[in-house]
Amino acid sequence: MTLFKFSRLLSFVSKPIVQQKLNLSSEPQFLGIKSKYTDQLKFVNSDNYESIPIYRILSTSNEKDLPVKLEEETLIKMYKNMIRITVMDKILYESQRQGRISFYMTNSGEEAVQIGSASALTSNDVIYAQYREAGVLMWRGFKYSQFLNQCFSNFEDPGKGRQMPVHYGSKELNFMTVSSPLTTQMPQASGAAYALKLKKQKACVVCYFGDGGASEGDFHPALNFAATLDCPVIFICRNNGYAISTPVTEQYRGDGIAARGPAYGISTTRVDGNDILAVHHVTQAARDYCINNMKPVLIEAMTYRIGHHSTSDDSTAYRPSEEINIWTQHSPISRFRQYLEKLGLWSEAQETEFQKLTLQEFMKEFSIAEKKLKLDWREMFTDVYKEMPSHIEEQMKNLEDHLKKYGEHYPLKDYKST
Amino acid sequence: MLLNKLSTFSQLNSQIKLMEFPRIIYGSLFYKKKLHSVATTNEKIHNEETTKTMNMYQAINNALEIILEKDSNSVIFGEDVAFGGVFRCTVGLKNRFGNDRVFNTPLSEQGIVGFGIGLANQGITSIGEIQFADYIFPALDQLINEAAKMRYRSGGMFDCGKLTIRTPCSAVGHGALYHSQSPEAYFAHTAGLKVVMPRGPIQAKGLLLSCAEEPDPCIVFEPKVLYRSTSDQVPLEDFKIPLGKAEVVRKGDSITLIGWGTLVHVLLEVADLVEKKIGATCEVLDIMTILPWDTETVCESVRKTGRVVIAHEAPLTNGFGSEIAAVVQEKCFLNLEAPIQRVTGWDTPFPLVYEPLYLPDKWRCFNVIEKTLKY
Ligand SMILES: Cc1ncc(C[n+]2csc(CCOP(=O)(O)OP(=O)(O)O)c2C)c(N)n1
Repeated sequence: MTLFKFSRLLSFVSKPIVQQKLNLSSEPQFLGIKSKYTDQLKFVNSDNYESIPIYRILSTSNEKDLPVKLEEETLIKMYKNMIRITVMDKILYESQRQGRISFYMTNSGEEAVQIGSASALTSNDVIYAQYREAGVLMWRGFKYSQFLNQCFSNFEDPGKGRQMPVHYGSKELNFMTVSSPLTTQMPQASGAAYALKLKKQKACVVCYFGDGGASEGDFHPALNFAATLDCPVIFICRNNGYAISTPVTEQYRGDGIAARGPAYGISTTRVDGNDILAVHHVTQAARDYCINNMKPVLIEAMTYRIGHHSTSDDSTAYRPSEEINIWTQHSPISRFRQYLEKLGLWSEAQETEFQKLTLQEFMKEFSIAEKKLKLDWREMFTDVYKEMPSHIEEQMKNLEDHLKKYGEHYPLKDYKST
Repeated sequence: MLLNKLSTFSQLNSQIKLMEFPRIIYGSLFYKKKLHSVATTNEKIHNEETTKTMNMYQAINNALEIILEKDSNSVIFGEDVAFGGVFRCTVGLKNRFGNDRVFNTPLSEQGIVGFGIGLANQGITSIGEIQFADYIFPALDQLINEAAKMRYRSGGMFDCGKLTIRTPCSAVGHGALYHSQSPEAYFAHTAGLKVVMPRGPIQAKGLLLSCAEEPDPCIVFEPKVLYRSTSDQVPLEDFKIPLGKAEVVRKGDSITLIGWGTLVHVLLEVADLVEKKIGATCEVLDIMTILPWDTETVCESVRKTGRVVIAHEAPLTNGFGSEIAAVVQEKCFLNLEAPIQRVTGWDTPFPLVYEPLYLPDKWRCFNVIEKTLKY
């Protein structure tokens, strides 16, 4: 009896993690740190480190022998999608100026990050986006009509006209509906990745965010949870130099966003976000690593936000137009086009023709989408919960009674009626 | 040493039991009568073979075990849940179901809720724990802007209905500002969430099992003082207490007393006192679900009694009592014989040494009931 008790006690005693006697002259034995003692007093700062280099493929001297091998068809499809984004952006930006939609955000300068990464993924990979990733959806097959239905908030918007324009989402395309609060999608992406791991799916989650968003509190647990809980998630930061008017120099003092990755124990790389092939290559490698090892990856794509932040912003108020001009000349589209022309895959004539056709296609869908009614106003009350609780039903009835009496004061003709 | 550290809170808890904190916190004998005999769930409760005596943390543990058992796509996570939780609610679950399904997270509440939303997006039944309700605030953005609005904003394409957040709340005798709060009213203002607060083991189990299967994100506030101080004959089976339903825990004619969580026990004790001292009978209602709450049961009772006192631990201004009072006033105007009264915590932070004077205890409730009856 005593012996039994004693052995149980012993098993407890042998449990503590520090098993050897502390020997201060040997290796440090602090929990959770792999480090050495030093007799040199030294503070560590980003100055002591070499900045993480920017991986690129296009515009290097040996462009003929690229590490990425893509079918000609794929290359052309990638380029065409970049153009399709710019056409959509141009028209929707203008139509907001004319008051035909309430709000818009363009993607100019970041088409390569979007298409380059999207083209390296499969449709089983789940996307959590910020809002400047329309190209990812487009690559997956989201149609012009679908973008337009959302921006016009008409009855065919799957979001039922509840959110502002550019807050896209598609269940079919595995693209989580965008929301305005910045960076909330990041820890969600880690959780979704953990779920994929539990369900033993050969897929990963890809989470996009901006350099500004990376300053939010949610950035931190997203990376920390992904690392400690071994989640197959790729975080892609679009570092485009600005968060609205705030330049990155006022956003952080470290070596960008990438330098934070290793601090979380996350495999990290930095890529030229204006080089679509480099983005593709990096994303592909990240996906393989992520799924084979069940671990997260951080990619920082360096780019430049050529357009205004949104239609509510005039960016010339806080940045010189020469700066914008430089980046317009070195845009990801022009760099990719030069490459394709060198290969004989694209020409001026093709460009003109494709631009014309795309514009026509877009304008056709535009006029259709613009004419569609909104949903029945009662949809304002559904989907708050799965089933409508009685108090919400009562409020819906209340509005119904009100409209019977005062309906003439409301734009009821814009909504479908049942 | 390590072991010592880990069990600090459970030791603290057993001290709580020894000292019978509920007596201390509400200044008198805590309500001792067996609550399950008063009303509720079902017949089987009284059957010895299908029930077991459990305190509230054991009933919660039992519910969690049932969830993990019946749904292989379910997980439990939070700060320190793997070794059993600082209040013992998750004891034994990691050993039984594995570290993939019962795991510690880094110390970040916004991370816990955000992570849980992502899990739920992918169809995983996710039971996250926030160690104290006082620390749920870093996760407000994820709960209010994300969890609550996900189904609505996506037109029903996406949701996180499989998310349930459990969190210990309310006074514990010595919790001061950050181990005592009752933040249910903050969440009651958020369409899209469901919010419950059990008063004992049976309700804790039945409500938690409901929340886990509700198609909407839920928050369960568990009054921590009840973890060890209440026990019931809890059905061993997988049973549910429907959300959105209040319960009449005591029938009466003269006045309707409305509370939830710990306050239900106080109100039952006060009802005895009122009967003894004034000879009036009180109808005591446990709201149980804060959002969406059961206006029907409440109004039915008020139409009968004509008088209402609402009691909660949280501060008065914009506490959930305000909402109940406004709705009752609107729906039962012609039946009311006296102004609706609220007995609540004061509009101050929750204090340490003044706790006995802060809480809406038996005597404060009695005083207000007496005035309302005489009005
Ligand atoms: C939590 C939160 N705070 C502030 C805002 C307002 N806001 C919208 S976009 C934005 C800047 C984001 O910059 P960045 O993440 O760099 O992305 P970019 O717009 O450059 O693509 C701000 C401050 C918001 N949407 N959410």
